Amino acid sequence: MSALELRDVVVDYHRRGTTVRAVAGASVSVGAGQIVGLVGESGCGKSTLARAAVGLVPTSGGSVTFEGRPVTPLSRKARPRELARLQLVFQNPYSSLNPRRKVGAQLADALATLDLVPRQARAARVRELCELVGLPPSAVDRYPHEFSGGQRQRIAVARTLAADPSVLVLDEPLASLDASAQAQLANMLVDLARRLELGLLLISHDLAIVRHVADAVSVMYLGTIVEQGPTRAVWEEPLHPYSEKLIGAVPRADGSGVLPTALPGEVPDPTAPPPGCRFHPRCPYAFEPCGVDEPPLVPLGAGREAACWLRIGSKTSREETTRRVVW
Amino acid sequence: MDDLRVSLPAGGRDLTIVDGVDYRVEPGEVFGVAGESGSGKTVSMLALLGLLPEGARVGGSVRFDGRELLRMPRRRLREIAGRDVAMVFQDPFTSLHPMLSIGKQLTEHVRRHLGLDRRRAEERALELLREVRIPDGRAAMRAYPHQFSGGMRQRIAIAVALACRPKLLIADEPTTALDVTVQAGILHLLDRLRRENELAIVLITHDLGVMSAVADRVSIFYAGRVVESGPRADVLRAPRHPYTRALLEALPHPEAARDQPLVAIAGAPPSPGAIPAGCAFHPRCAFAVESCAREVPPLVPVAGDRRLACPVDPFAHAEPGSSKTNQVREFPDV
Repeated sequence: MSALELRDVVVDYHRRGTTVRAVAGASVSVGAGQIVGLVGESGCGKSTLARAAVGLVPTSGGSVTFEGRPVTPLSRKARPRELARLQLVFQNPYSSLNPRRKVGAQLADALATLDLVPRQARAARVRELCELVGLPPSAVDRYPHEFSGGQRQRIAVARTLAADPSVLVLDEPLASLDASAQAQLANMLVDLARRLELGLLLISHDLAIVRHVADAVSVMYLGTIVEQGPTRAVWEEPLHPYSEKLIGAVPRADGSGVLPTALPGEVPDPTAPPPGCRFHPRCPYAFEPCGVDEPPLVPLGAGREAACWLRIGSKTSREETTRRVVW
Repeated sequence: MDDLRVSLPAGGRDLTIVDGVDYRVEPGEVFGVAGESGSGKTVSMLALLGLLPEGARVGGSVRFDGRELLRMPRRRLREIAGRDVAMVFQDPFTSLHPMLSIGKQLTEHVRRHLGLDRRRAEERALELLREVRIPDGRAAMRAYPHQFSGGMRQRIAIAVALACRPKLLIADEPTTALDVTVQAGILHLLDRLRRENELAIVLITHDLGVMSAVADRVSIFYAGRVVESGPRADVLRAPRHPYTRALLEALPHPEAARDQPLVAIAGAPPSPGAIPAGCAFHPRCAFAVESCAREVPPLVPVAGDRRLACPVDPFAHAEPGSSKTNQVREFPDV
């Protein structure tokens, strides 16, 4: 069973009388101890989906369940205790930590709020949390500004670990870090996931890192998931043209001087998504049905799914395809 | 650029930010400058444009087309910096004025520096927008920066930078804030500009992948000094400085086995106030010997156009392919 399950989630933002559908029916699941990467261009809805996953934005459709319970949006009422085991790590550790409180105090706050450990055991637990994320014990007596960006992100992770979570949702945790700090943090996250059986939903625009650490990956385009499957398989043979273009656009530091593939066009305006497949205006392989009907995300074997008429036509029965599309 | 030194005042003393940097860039060439944040990449560029904050001290020499820029009167420098040398920043909001239309920003510049009349300036602006592939130039001229996406904004910032037909473009992390797909488009654009316009480009980036895609020659910065430089393929396929090698090994590799940890560099880069004596990298270096802590290693030629600041040179005879960073990967030419 999945620890965190998002099914056909829809999120609408209302602004000045118009409605923007930021997430238009997306499904993602994270199993216990599994690392799932969620990738896509900015504006594709991946951060909104992350927020919906932890109940920070209300959904207009679909369901989010965590360990079998529905994840309800934050309200004035106290959050059900069980949901504390689902935690979010924000992108910017500079703004998510309190600059005026020592690191130890901030970690102890989390323990006190949830009352998970008796008062006299808190100091020991705080030191243990520091150790888990690779911070020296002396860190507890220092302020966030005394740490580098990478260390600050570790503190932010340590604070979520105080809640004894089973799933962490991480929104661009590695953005704004140098390569070496990224590598350190990525290693730490993999290590935590394996050691604590912690499920991770890793939202990132950095495909290389996701490729390296995630067990499974979901590719998002304009509010929908266009492909998902085991990371290695998706990288080796992307089944959706968008995944192919996205992966091909990553430059490689191999000294070859080969320019990455450019994807022409812009991400369309989410207030007026194109009819049919949302990617079809930019897709080099688009054919008749693509501009008419939106392709569903269908299983294509070996744990892989893609939402592309090219694949659906080749894998499902002819009747099924023609029932969906008339061309 | 010869032995450029820059120090900035901080807390009553001068902090050395750039400590003896030299390199040259030829017309039509992309020169890549890489290093972690705080390594002096950006400050060395601001120095040549005279854009350093009050109290900054600059030494050494920067010549552009044979003219010394560092001791040039301010007004004269502005003339050159505005016309022959242009700069593009990471955040196009920094280089574009939020309250002026794109047309205004494109024409004002060319009218001042090239002395074109209004109509000819407008024609030039449309031509620039076409060059950076902005669709419907006439409509774009009437629009404001916030009406464009990040990638389009960066294209427009590049168009503004190109307005006066500069000979040198300094691009400081021009794609860092962009998605990979948009980044690829900007890299194609830079590559085309240097080929078609004989534009010299200094590309400052922390992303070795970006550097590998377009730079002809590269230099690696660490704590205000160049530790290694040379042709792109040589440096990236067979890095000789332990820092260059470590930087490359920290990158995730497509061929790496699952769950094989990334190789992070121990410790963190030093802050400008606390740069270690001798080789600044020695406390983090697995190959350091006793003298590394005492003497600043000079950047010396090692082979052909390659220069190295490491007397230990542990990878002098490493064959390409002996490290995972050296694997030559084959992928379709696109």
